[in-house]
Amino acid sequence: MNLKDISASVPRKDHKGKVSGQLPYISDVKVENMVYGVLYRSPIAYGKIKSIQLPDLPEGYEAVGAEQIPGPNYVKIIKEDQPIFADEWVNYIGEPILMLVGADLNILYHLLEKVKVEIEEYQAIYTLEEAIKKKSAPGVTMASYEFGESLDTITSIELKAHQIIEEEYDTGYQEHVYLEPQGMLAIYKDDEIVVQGSMQCLYYIKNALINALACGDDDVRVVQSPTGGGFGGKEEFPSMMACHVAVAAKAVKKSVMLVFDRSEDMVVTTKRHPAKIRYRTALDRKGNILSMSVDLFLDAGANEGLSSVVLQRALLNSAGVYKIPHFHAKGYVLKTHTVPNGAFRGFGAPQSFAGIESHMCHLSNTANIEPLEYKRKYLVKQGDPTITKGNFRDPILMEEMIEDLLNTSNYKKKKVEFKQFNQQNQRFKKGIGTSLFLHGCGFTGSGERDHIKAKVKLVKSKDDQVSLKISNSDMGQGIFTTLSKIVAKELDLPYEEILFPYPDTKEVPDSGPTVASRTTMIVGKLLERAAKKLKAKWQSGVEQEVVEDYVHREMIPWNEKTFTGDAYPAYSWGVNIVEVEVDTVTGNVKLEKVYANYDVGKVIDDRVIKGQIDGGLAQGLAYGYLEKMTSKEGKIQQKSISDYGPPTSLDVVSIESKIFDNPYADGPYGAKGAGELTLIGGAPAVQAAIEDALQTPFKQIPVTPEVIIDRLWMKEGVDG
Amino acid sequence: MITFTLNGRKVETDAPATARLLDVIRDEYELIGTKEGCGEGECGACSVFVNNLLQNSCLIPIGSIEGADIITIEGIMESKQFKILDESYSHAGGVQCGYCIPGMVMASAALLSQNPNPSEAEIREGISGNLCRCTGYNMIVDAVSLAAKKGDGLWQKK
Repeated sequence: MNLKDISASVPRKDHKGKVSGQLPYISDVKVENMVYGVLYRSPIAYGKIKSIQLPDLPEGYEAVGAEQIPGPNYVKIIKEDQPIFADEWVNYIGEPILMLVGADLNILYHLLEKVKVEIEEYQAIYTLEEAIKKKSAPGVTMASYEFGESLDTITSIELKAHQIIEEEYDTGYQEHVYLEPQGMLAIYKDDEIVVQGSMQCLYYIKNALINALACGDDDVRVVQSPTGGGFGGKEEFPSMMACHVAVAAKAVKKSVMLVFDRSEDMVVTTKRHPAKIRYRTALDRKGNILSMSVDLFLDAGANEGLSSVVLQRALLNSAGVYKIPHFHAKGYVLKTHTVPNGAFRGFGAPQSFAGIESHMCHLSNTANIEPLEYKRKYLVKQGDPTITKGNFRDPILMEEMIEDLLNTSNYKKKKVEFKQFNQQNQRFKKGIGTSLFLHGCGFTGSGERDHIKAKVKLVKSKDDQVSLKISNSDMGQGIFTTLSKIVAKELDLPYEEILFPYPDTKEVPDSGPTVASRTTMIVGKLLERAAKKLKAKWQSGVEQEVVEDYVHREMIPWNEKTFTGDAYPAYSWGVNIVEVEVDTVTGNVKLEKVYANYDVGKVIDDRVIKGQIDGGLAQGLAYGYLEKMTSKEGKIQQKSISDYGPPTSLDVVSIESKIFDNPYADGPYGAKGAGELTLIGGAPAVQAAIEDALQTPFKQIPVTPEVIIDRLWMKEGVDG
Repeated sequence: MITFTLNGRKVETDAPATARLLDVIRDEYELIGTKEGCGEGECGACSVFVNNLLQNSCLIPIGSIEGADIITIEGIMESKQFKILDESYSHAGGVQCGYCIPGMVMASAALLSQNPNPSEAEIREGISGNLCRCTGYNMIVDAVSLAAKKGDGLWQKK
């Protein structure tokens, strides 16, 4: 089938193997001479390791720890602060200290219980609040950025203001709950170690392995297995597991498999950063915004990992989609002795959007203006500067998208109806809320040019079959399908004939990680260009190869130090409207209707994008009212799926969504990023809907039944 | 020794009685379509039919299934019903990462064989024991609904 319209859906490339269950995920793989690994993890949040005592190990069972690491003992991410195996200090409960390997998992678990590690305990920092209080103490602030209008100017504005509104907003953990738990296998060979598993970023892992094994480029190879969901959870975390299995395989000269069960996965893997955001906004008599300053604190957990980059994105989104006069922001990444937090779909933006949308809604109440009307007054327009003195240079369709969604949802009529309904009903209250949001596509600033330097390859065999050779993972989001379509269309070949095998670093160049909503836009564009080149030099019956390198479109150069310039090459946009019914007796929130409009440039596959919208919204909505994870004295309290509560089919409702065409010149066929955008609007819209139903503000997500009941009690106390 | 029927074939295992049916299926019979997502009966990725009833195989000790009829996704793969579910899931876009899908297909087949023309609410109820983190369920609900329509009599109760 040759493609006419790029957006028209085609069957997924990986459908057959998935629907029958015969596609082997890493836990389905068995290789010769394979043993399992289990990790001994620190039971203490912060302390110094005094001694390690191993039980007598039966034949074929061995322990692997820091002394077996050929290279330096850290997982290469950004800073050198996450040991592969802790050998001096432990910084969180669950930090790996050593691994036992052997053939039988039951025996391994039994042996694990007999390992004795003596740790001298130190006073830990358990919460973000404590870390904020101690942020000047050595080592607590791991990164910080500040930008915007000078505080002197803001102070002088505040002095003349009618009133100053101060709010503090909290967001909780979010757990990825990819259905396939993390898993990694190191296949031992005399001349190389092949690491295979569930992953988003092949070259992150490869670089971490070269570092840990102190080996050459040809001595390690990384292969992606079918990946059962990622959502950011398989961005940087798998690098540590890869180091564990590879070091162990080297040490015991056998292939080593490490697969987490669900409770281990929930307790020790990275999560979305809890955040505290403080807003201080000066208003005039009519409630117009005169200035705003934001302080944003992220709980990094025990090591920095990607937190500084997450903070950058959180700060870049701290003013939402609004042009705020005299805006200032400062952010901190703070250390706590808890499980390290990391990448999660949205990457700092969901926290910021939840906060700013909530704050704008509360400001509108002060101004006595309908929330959406108030927000629209401040909406950025094409040509406006960004908060970092960059520019929104491409067309912005938000007004059109809002207007359309107001009609689709019957927003104004619903507002009136719900008000009447709520007057007549004591127990159940209905509400409707909106969220307006964007997502900067691709890496922040000049990351693509300076750090990633993506390269893609197309290979044509003698029988004229074309294969994509890129390092990006299909983890369910559908790039096997969408990227193959782009190449097929350019080459005018049937889509079915394009090959896109699971990537293997021996075969594929580094086209960058599968993160930051960059794959379709950046890698897709490179593939489009490569395909054009291949077409131009096409010779039937001859092996041919085309390599294409990233070219940077220079805009206002990004400066990370001053936090100025164009932070992103392009932005995707969205509007969500959510209706809820709240039971004021139980505090339960029932989703009633969800409407969504998006601008993602151009859709590469209608069905794939609908999958992103529905799935992203389900996660985003749940982040706002359903999914709650907590840590107590350094211990994650939710160790099972039902303790945590991700949505089931009964929690979600059908979603009415629409995409607006707004082609972007540097994306393939005009496509921009889509994957993360779809999550961002869920939480703020659901919070706004709950507030509308109960006519009371909330200053945190998730707005769980407990939070609602507490708030209603308090309100009753105040009102009554 | 425990004897049971696996996908229509009489089999015997000397696995300890406490071994999980899930592990026996996967390790001893090398049937990889039954996945482990949580190990606690919460996610449904390991769904199989035990005497025609949908069950989480991670919760079933092998000792309890003496003489039982066990059917995994591999056992229905050649059926007309599976073909319809396969096409419907593809058409409706119900598959993303795929890890929940074999279990979801088993749950869909179980639902449709009980209720050949389910409403949307009944479909949501029917698959509510199976978690999916990618799709937000709606396209899976559409897939089941489509399979009901396409089935046209095939799902009639036996």
